[in-house]
Amino acid sequence: MKHSFLDQYSEGNSLIHRLDPRTKLITTLFFILVVVLTPVSRWQAFALYFILVATLIIISRVPPLYVLKRSLLIIPFVVLIAIFIPFFKEGEVAGSYNIWLWQVTVTHSGIQVFLNILAKSWLSILSLILLTAATRFSSLLRGMEQLRLPRVMVMILSFMYRYIFVLVDEVMRMKQARDSRNLGGGRLRQIRTVGNMIGTLFIRSYERGERVYAAMMARGFDGQTRTLENPGFDQRDFLFALALGLVLVLAIVLNLWYL
Amino acid sequence: MSEIIRVDNLSFGYPDGQPALSGVSLAVHRGETVALIGPNGAGKSTLLLHFNGILHNDGAVRVLGKAVNDKNLKWVRGKVGLVFQNPDDQLFSPTVFDDIAFGPLNMGYDEAQVREVVAKALEWVGMGGYERRSPHHLSLGEKKRIAIATVLAMNPEVLVIDEPTSNLDPGSKWSLIELLKGLEITKVIASHDLELVEALCPRAIILDGGKVVADGDTGRILADERLLAAHGLAHNKPAGGLGEV
Repeated sequence: MKHSFLDQYSEGNSLIHRLDPRTKLITTLFFILVVVLTPVSRWQAFALYFILVATLIIISRVPPLYVLKRSLLIIPFVVLIAIFIPFFKEGEVAGSYNIWLWQVTVTHSGIQVFLNILAKSWLSILSLILLTAATRFSSLLRGMEQLRLPRVMVMILSFMYRYIFVLVDEVMRMKQARDSRNLGGGRLRQIRTVGNMIGTLFIRSYERGERVYAAMMARGFDGQTRTLENPGFDQRDFLFALALGLVLVLAIVLNLWYL
Repeated sequence: MSEIIRVDNLSFGYPDGQPALSGVSLAVHRGETVALIGPNGAGKSTLLLHFNGILHNDGAVRVLGKAVNDKNLKWVRGKVGLVFQNPDDQLFSPTVFDDIAFGPLNMGYDEAQVREVVAKALEWVGMGGYERRSPHHLSLGEKKRIAIATVLAMNPEVLVIDEPTSNLDPGSKWSLIELLKGLEITKVIASHDLELVEALCPRAIILDGGKVVADGDTGRILADERLLAAHGLAHNKPAGGLGEV
């Protein structure tokens, strides 16, 4: 079975696609850092960041709707974490409500902080989606390796990428096998079946791990990972990193200036 | 003829006490293509795992005259190339190139050599130009070929393949058989696909219940229906036939 939910657009050939993965990794992290460190009240800065990401997305020719859809996934998580802030933050009261026994007050600064967290996480996730959509996962891994990320972590990520598809296939087959024999039954029984499936999947993955390890040993693996060195950056990378860096530094300076 | 693999009276039991091999002896000579046939659970895969020391004990297996032990495992694995049955186990890297380069890198080749052997191995299996593809985007037949390439890239003395044609459609199966036929290397092929055995291997060894029960000319072994039926390799016809009951 074929899956493309992870690397649907990574085969493109735009400027963003052709950049060295290291450039992309570093600039993305820098971008996120700047976004997160921007003071709450500087909404103009956020507009600038948004324009920046949007421009890059357009340059990369990854469909904006695809990026938007995936970025919305983050909203529930953020809301879950930040939902109480408007109620607990002290400051000018925006509204006060009586809910049963409690009196609940919402403050202006609380709402501001909440929207701010939402905006920051959304901008960060947009840049990360752009990064992963416009880069082959294997190049990304190579980039991490060249940036001296611990080898074990890179290897774990690489196995994850390789086997997530195999696992999804396995789950799909198990579901089909279950559905073709599932003739109703109570809710409790269905939950029990799902539990069994998870257990089976775990055992199968464990056994697969053993076989993969044997296959690695059969080709001389001795616990040390080795890779080829790759060519360095080219001019394009320097220019891109420089341009993006300048814009972001400008944003920081402006922020400090108006503070 | 020089012996590449020699097995003397090899016995092996899995940790749970279940015996897998008992008193297996055989030899594989340079240039041979040997079939290892037998029913499910006969111990074929376990025996193959001994050939390159994934499982090993008390020096019952000798490769190029040297007993396999803890110290020469790496050397042994460079000489005996083992292709696993399921290419999803064998191919564990994000790209085809990374996967084929894995063995040569472990052997300590430098960059130019690695690139050269990867390109060559892909040519040998008829998959030139697949370097940057991801294994999960390939068909099963393509994956099997890449799995063979990952081992050929290490330039082994003998190619040991577990069930090369399992689950393949007839078209892919026969093109894989042609491919294997064209590879000039000593081969040990474990299979219960008797068409493959007949087409490819002049010599066959039947393994059943962890023991060698026959070893000789493929034509003679495949002609012996009683032998095949006794070891789960042919249809065991009930007396009178099914239709007349």
